[in-house]
Amino acid sequence: MKGIRDLLDRIKPQFQKGGNLEKLHSTFDAFETFLFVPPHTAPAKGAHIRDGIDLKRTMFTVVVAMLPVMLWGMLNVGYQHYLSQGINEGFLTLNNFLFGLEKALPIIVVSYATGLGCEFLFAQLRNHPVNEGFLVTGLLIPLCLPPDIPLWMVAVATIFAVVVGKEAFGGTGMNPLNPALTARVFLFFAYPTYMSGDNVWIAEQADGYSGATSLAKVAAAKELPVGGDWYQTFGWSISDMFLGFEPGSLGETSVLMCLIGGIILFATGVGSWKIMVATFAGGLLGGLILNALVAMGIGVDNVYMHMPAYYHLLIGGFAFGAVYMATDPVSAAQTSRGKWIYGIMIGIVCIVIRVFNGAYPEGMMLAILIMNVTAPLIDHYQVEANIKRRLARA
Amino acid sequence: MSKVIKLKRGLDLSLAGQAKGFVQDIEAPTTFALKPTDIIGITPKLSVKEGAEVKAGDPLFYDKRNESVLFCSPVSGEVVAINRGAKRVIEEIVVLADKKIEFKKFDISGAIERGADAVRSILLESGAWAHLRQRPFNRVPQPDVSPKAIFVSCFNSAPLSADENVVVGQDKDLFQMGVDALNTLIEGNVHLGLPHEEAINPIFEQVEHVDRTYFEGKHPAGNVGVQIHHVNPINKGETILTLTPQDVLVIGRLFKNGIYDTQKVVALSGTGFKENRYVRTFAGAQIKSFTENALSSENQRIISGNILSGTKVAEESYLGFYDNVITAIPEGDEYEFLGWLLPTYERPTASRAFVWLKRLFAKGREDGFEVNANMHGEERAYVVSEQYDKVMPMDILPTQLIKSIMANDIDKMEQLGIYEVVEEDMALCEFVCTSKIPVQQVLRNGLDYIEKEA
Repeated sequence: MKGIRDLLDRIKPQFQKGGNLEKLHSTFDAFETFLFVPPHTAPAKGAHIRDGIDLKRTMFTVVVAMLPVMLWGMLNVGYQHYLSQGINEGFLTLNNFLFGLEKALPIIVVSYATGLGCEFLFAQLRNHPVNEGFLVTGLLIPLCLPPDIPLWMVAVATIFAVVVGKEAFGGTGMNPLNPALTARVFLFFAYPTYMSGDNVWIAEQADGYSGATSLAKVAAAKELPVGGDWYQTFGWSISDMFLGFEPGSLGETSVLMCLIGGIILFATGVGSWKIMVATFAGGLLGGLILNALVAMGIGVDNVYMHMPAYYHLLIGGFAFGAVYMATDPVSAAQTSRGKWIYGIMIGIVCIVIRVFNGAYPEGMMLAILIMNVTAPLIDHYQVEANIKRRLARA
Repeated sequence: MSKVIKLKRGLDLSLAGQAKGFVQDIEAPTTFALKPTDIIGITPKLSVKEGAEVKAGDPLFYDKRNESVLFCSPVSGEVVAINRGAKRVIEEIVVLADKKIEFKKFDISGAIERGADAVRSILLESGAWAHLRQRPFNRVPQPDVSPKAIFVSCFNSAPLSADENVVVGQDKDLFQMGVDALNTLIEGNVHLGLPHEEAINPIFEQVEHVDRTYFEGKHPAGNVGVQIHHVNPINKGETILTLTPQDVLVIGRLFKNGIYDTQKVVALSGTGFKENRYVRTFAGAQIKSFTENALSSENQRIISGNILSGTKVAEESYLGFYDNVITAIPEGDEYEFLGWLLPTYERPTASRAFVWLKRLFAKGREDGFEVNANMHGEERAYVVSEQYDKVMPMDILPTQLIKSIMANDIDKMEQLGIYEVVEEDMALCEFVCTSKIPVQQVLRNGLDYIEKEA
């Protein structure tokens, strides 16, 4: 520790004003403060003691909460790949993991490298410290992409997300949209063939093997399952979907792992439990409304509307979005009641897009983005309510 | 008429170094000073020159814009220095105290019976007016102020603050006299805020002609601003005066004995002191007289005022005019290897993100945390939401208020309740802030901006 500190102190002058590595000042600063919490003390007036929490720890906690889905996702990438080859040696095998690691690691590395590169560049140009937000975004981007995505696309999307999605609006804390979803939606519309269909969700899929996701299968279904047994439609059971034994984006398939992440975010208080609960409730509510409409004889031809509501929470990226994407505190609603409305609306909008818009099988991404845009309006009404209460008092 | 108000939100910090025991008389400090910078919203003009002899109660300076608002010497002696800072701003008017304090006599005969105008002019003439503070803005009130109420909080909920039960002493008549004088300034009675189901000095329960409300909850339940918000909230254009129990005593002494006697009890708090105790002195005492040979080690931060909203002072400087606590804690200006990941020593936190580090989750420890002034991180843009709300027991949206100030949006500031808060009410927001935003400084900037523009 002392040695590292001495080394940093020795090389520090080169990075400061007038030093020959001045252009790397922000980068040096980021690494230095990563290793050592700086000796800054409270200003002369104000609170002289400060909470132990800072943004580094907050963001690190989110990264920890993402590790379960990441590791499970790697296993599943391998599992799905070998399954498509006709090999099934079980889920928890070293081969599955190694294959998944080989697929996922480059995506993660590219995402972090390009994203942090942009962050360092902007920090230097705008003369502000490097913000920690990208520690989370950098892992969220790989987790919401298909395992076979070309690496250059990951790089392009990440740059787009950081530069257009975040820095153009003033950097961390100012972005109206979730940066990771900005990357995903960019790829979705720019390179749709790599982001949808039946052949992108399994890495190195064997020819002739159908890699359709649950979402695609139920959207394409023409007939109701006999006896209400939806196994016929999906080809996997509820527990398969809950545990995540199905093709999909790297991190999205396992509802169980998402819930574990959600529990970490809840226990540490880092993620908003209100948003998580509200989003799940909204999804369930949306599904129940559709079921009720069918029961009343409306839309009986649409197979999707017959699907029991809770399936919506199990298929696609619903759980992943609810736990990791919707809870981004910057792009979400910021008032207490606003968070409930925001979450419930994400759930409902997601179901509506899924069921009624065949072009976008995954409604979660668009639902969150739509509600990101709407969140300031929701907050506005909460603030107005507070103002009205104050005026009514006078 | 007394009721109980329960406050759910807030945060109690258990810190080591709470002042204990009874009040000790110490050898009187030799120099005292008034610092015009302690007093918000005035432009000081000197009434004395260096070398002048003054009695306790003789004016040292006055407010240029309200010449009847005088600020008087707490002790008798010689004006030995007028210290100026940048742009010749008057920082300190230093008086070398006599061994035996001589007090200027004020004619107080029948003043309380004569009513508001008589009381007002005696308060102004003696300098005791400066002990009143006005919400909004927390500044000394205009001489012609017509407040809708006067509030006194009789307990401090902030960590390491002085226990009002100790500092107010035993003299009920004095307190009653102060209350009676203040009552002439308003319709109705002075309002006392008291803690629910905690030890209360009998004075606060026995004094007459007051309204009482009892508050139950964590800090900042003891802040007068929070109490006002729940009992008689301030709307635009309204004014409420506040003062501390010790300031009520200053006014009591004035109307009982005809002298401006700023005698006060000060708590010496924080682990930086070898011994945490209460001492008796006068307003503006030199800090050094409390810290000399009394600090436990080098490199201490000395704070005039409480640990959450006080001012860092040098030992050569003087006790803040409104302060009744001096806090000393280690400066903490050291690097901490991976401190955000694996903190190397205990520290208080409102966050659960350290929950797996058991040592840090010791909020209820009996002897409390040993704290220092380290920021534990760097300033960042706002990311986390609803963090302030949890420590703000008022119907105010703190983050939105702070953001409206950052945007210089006066309409929004007013609508969101800026008139109801001063720095200390949002001190906990600053403490808990993940992004280390200087909340109190921002709030003061907003209040100053409104005063300037309005």
